[in-house]
Amino acid sequence: MPDGEPRVGAGERTARAMRVDLQLIADLVKPKSRVLDIGCGDGALIGHLFHTRGCDARGLELDMALVTRAVAHGLPVMQGDADTDLVHYPDQAFDYVVLSRTLQAVERPLEVLRQMLRISERAIVSFPNFGHWYLRAQLLLSGRMPMTKSWNRMWYETPNIHPCTIQDFFDLCRAEGYVVEQWLAVDDEGHRAPWRRFPHLANLFGEQGLFVLRRR
Amino acid sequence: MDQLEPFAEIAHQAIVFTEGMALDCGRSLHSLTVAYRTYGRLDADRRNAILICHALTGDQYVAETHPLTGRAGWWSTLVGPGLPIDTDRFFVICANVLGGCMGSTGPRSPHDDKPGEPWGHEFPPVTIRDMVRAQKMLVEHLGIDQLFAVIGGSMGGMQVLEWAATYPEAVFAALPIATAAHHSAQNIAFNEVGRQAIFADPDWCGGEYWRAGAIPARGLAVARMVAHITYLSEAALTRKFGRRLRDATSLTLLGDKFEVESYLQYQGSAFVRRFDANSYLSITRAMDFFDIAAEHGGDLFRAFQGSRTRFCLVSFSSDWLFPTTASREVGNALIRGAANVSFVEIMSDKGHDAFLLDEPDFHRTIAGFLAGCAEHRGLAPRERA
Repeated sequence: MPDGEPRVGAGERTARAMRVDLQLIADLVKPKSRVLDIGCGDGALIGHLFHTRGCDARGLELDMALVTRAVAHGLPVMQGDADTDLVHYPDQAFDYVVLSRTLQAVERPLEVLRQMLRISERAIVSFPNFGHWYLRAQLLLSGRMPMTKSWNRMWYETPNIHPCTIQDFFDLCRAEGYVVEQWLAVDDEGHRAPWRRFPHLANLFGEQGLFVLRRR
Repeated sequence: MDQLEPFAEIAHQAIVFTEGMALDCGRSLHSLTVAYRTYGRLDADRRNAILICHALTGDQYVAETHPLTGRAGWWSTLVGPGLPIDTDRFFVICANVLGGCMGSTGPRSPHDDKPGEPWGHEFPPVTIRDMVRAQKMLVEHLGIDQLFAVIGGSMGGMQVLEWAATYPEAVFAALPIATAAHHSAQNIAFNEVGRQAIFADPDWCGGEYWRAGAIPARGLAVARMVAHITYLSEAALTRKFGRRLRDATSLTLLGDKFEVESYLQYQGSAFVRRFDANSYLSITRAMDFFDIAAEHGGDLFRAFQGSRTRFCLVSFSSDWLFPTTASREVGNALIRGAANVSFVEIMSDKGHDAFLLDEPDFHRTIAGFLAGCAEHRGLAPRERA
């Protein structure tokens, strides 16, 4: 959870407190499927997927305090690092692997994506879009690193070491040979933004990108 | 200390299997006694049973006053009505290990081949798997096909891993706590110091101290003192004792004793009043020989491949006897075997001992994990009056 927003309500049946973008991700997951949520925080999404969709949902989280909270809520979460610990999972162990608002904070995004699509049929990836007009405008007008709700830490202390834009991510998928099954641009609250047909507009007006990938 | 009598033989609740049991070493016990305690009530469908496995010097008196020492049960903060292992909801079983000295078959039991004599040092070598087989016989005797959970710390955690590897279908959830898939060279080394201390005691009498009506109290106490140091962290020792002196305010070189010295001596002398030296040797050997990967072709993940058991591994940050890296090794092997694993490292400065102490995060983890598993298993929620 590098962007500092706590996920609340793990394991609780009420979906009231779940982040809207997590709801959006949950809607992409078929019932009864096997899911791994990387950077699962306190497990709100996996708790939701179990309770509402009967999924076998598991989590991987770096922050031990969040892991403890998730396990204390009865959720199966392993403490570990996306950069180093995905290698332990067997091939095709999951139907979906979720990486929500974490890609920009991992050390080796390419390797993490490769591992995700090794251990799972599909990867669901969301990230804050660095190409949003407001960031562009801030950089252009102030000449300094932009500060927004998603990009809210100074450059020297941000965990978000690999920012990218929606366009960048399309390029990466092309270069790596991933099929983009679905994609959405969403605003900071996780509501869908109406730019689906136009990647360039989405890149300008979408605060986050949400992608469903599979290998070719 | 040298005048100590062997500790009293008291009656323990036990089941005797007259068919005996075959051991890993190739020998067989003609008869097997398993001493055990239970707490709570077994549901009609027998799905709410939890087996607790005790550590090296623990016993079956997990949640009640100990009949010999008069002290509270060793996990009485964790096991009981309304506690994380809730005896209002679960049927809790704890058995004295094979090779132990609290009523189960062990070196103090009658020798199979020498009428009127105990096994003593001739007790066959036992393994952690032998201990688990004996527990399985008890569990079957109680009419339980599948345990809801098997829980244990330290050597108890080794038994949990062995249960999950040997009887995967009989274990719905497994909680190996502060443990490892094998002893490290350092673990074995500390155990060997303890064993050598026992051998060096003149009252050891070549293992037949019972003939002389003596016990190798000094050696056993030293073994306990060494082991006790490994259970604590430097920070815990410093906080508890620092360099404080016993009955003195300043050091005078002669005669003064540090608090930590008198604490360890107390630990040693209390221990020999409740534990048998030959049992100590048997059980430490079993721990040293335990290597769950070796039992499965040298690859740990094969031990758990395809397991449907839900695992929760717990380690403690300041435990240097069974460090977090040892639990992580087990966790990664489970992940490779596609098992369902939770893994938590609890922040604590109390060393290995933390698993026996009141650590709120640890207790929350146990309670939450069990609640989650109960939901997955469809166990009815606890009835409240």
